[in-house]
Amino acid sequence: MTIDWINFTPWTALVGGVLIGAAASLFVLLNGRIAGISGLLASLVESKAERRGEKLLFLLGILFAPLLWMLLGSLPAMEFQANWVGLLMAGLLVGVGTRYGSGCTSGHGVCGISRLSPRSIVATLVFMAAGFVTVYVLRHLLGG
Amino acid sequence: MRKFTSFVAGLLFGLGLLLSGMANPAKVIGFLDLAGAWDPSLALVMVGAIATALMPFNWARKHERSLLDAPMQLPTKRELDGRLIGGSLLFGVGWGIAGICPGPAIAMLLGGHWQVVLFVLAMLGGMLLFSALERRRAC
Repeated sequence: MTIDWINFTPWTALVGGVLIGAAASLFVLLNGRIAGISGLLASLVESKAERRGEKLLFLLGILFAPLLWMLLGSLPAMEFQANWVGLLMAGLLVGVGTRYGSGCTSGHGVCGISRLSPRSIVATLVFMAAGFVTVYVLRHLLGG
Repeated sequence: MRKFTSFVAGLLFGLGLLLSGMANPAKVIGFLDLAGAWDPSLALVMVGAIATALMPFNWARKHERSLLDAPMQLPTKRELDGRLIGGSLLFGVGWGIAGICPGPAIAMLLGGHWQVVLFVLAMLGGMLLFSALERRRAC
């Protein structure tokens, strides 16, 4: 393993993480809800009509964050490496997988680990490991 | 009031995703690429987020109602079953292919990249597929 010092951005990563943690904290302290994005999205898609307004507004906040950002400066780079087939497969897997696994990086990785939930700790270890293996296979075995 | 705080929390969450680098798929893949030139930045996103959220969630676990008097809705499941493991496995494979997870997908949606639109449509399709399969199972 070699560390990529050129792309390593410790301060923005740490401060960005603090903002994410603060947002998840506000949502649970004030609204009593878990900031799990896959779960919030699914509850809108699956038409379970229980207090949908709050969930929708949290997602709209995320959606409009780039517009607020653009008042201050230009958006950070968004670089895509997958082609359309990869994006399609990835989207499907993320959609199905987060529903069966009841959560994603935010719900399990941030909120769940912060609650010290054993289910979330296991889920996070599993999806991180699967991500590491997938990138290894695609990049180093099949060759980007 | 709770609708307003939802929106503000969402905005803050989105800004955090943009600042942290989570909303750059190439950077996410750089973090997942242990065998290549590894970019450890996203580990620090997790550290920052969890360190901040640990005490608030500890408070939430001990209370029935939120500060704005909403019922505290924390997950109640405890068992480590095949659905949790299998689902997380599928999610991790998808995350590794594109470098996109659900939060950043929403934060990037207005950024003007067709890739995000395709990913989000496929993700919503996957969620609908799941609920269709669940309904068949229930019959």
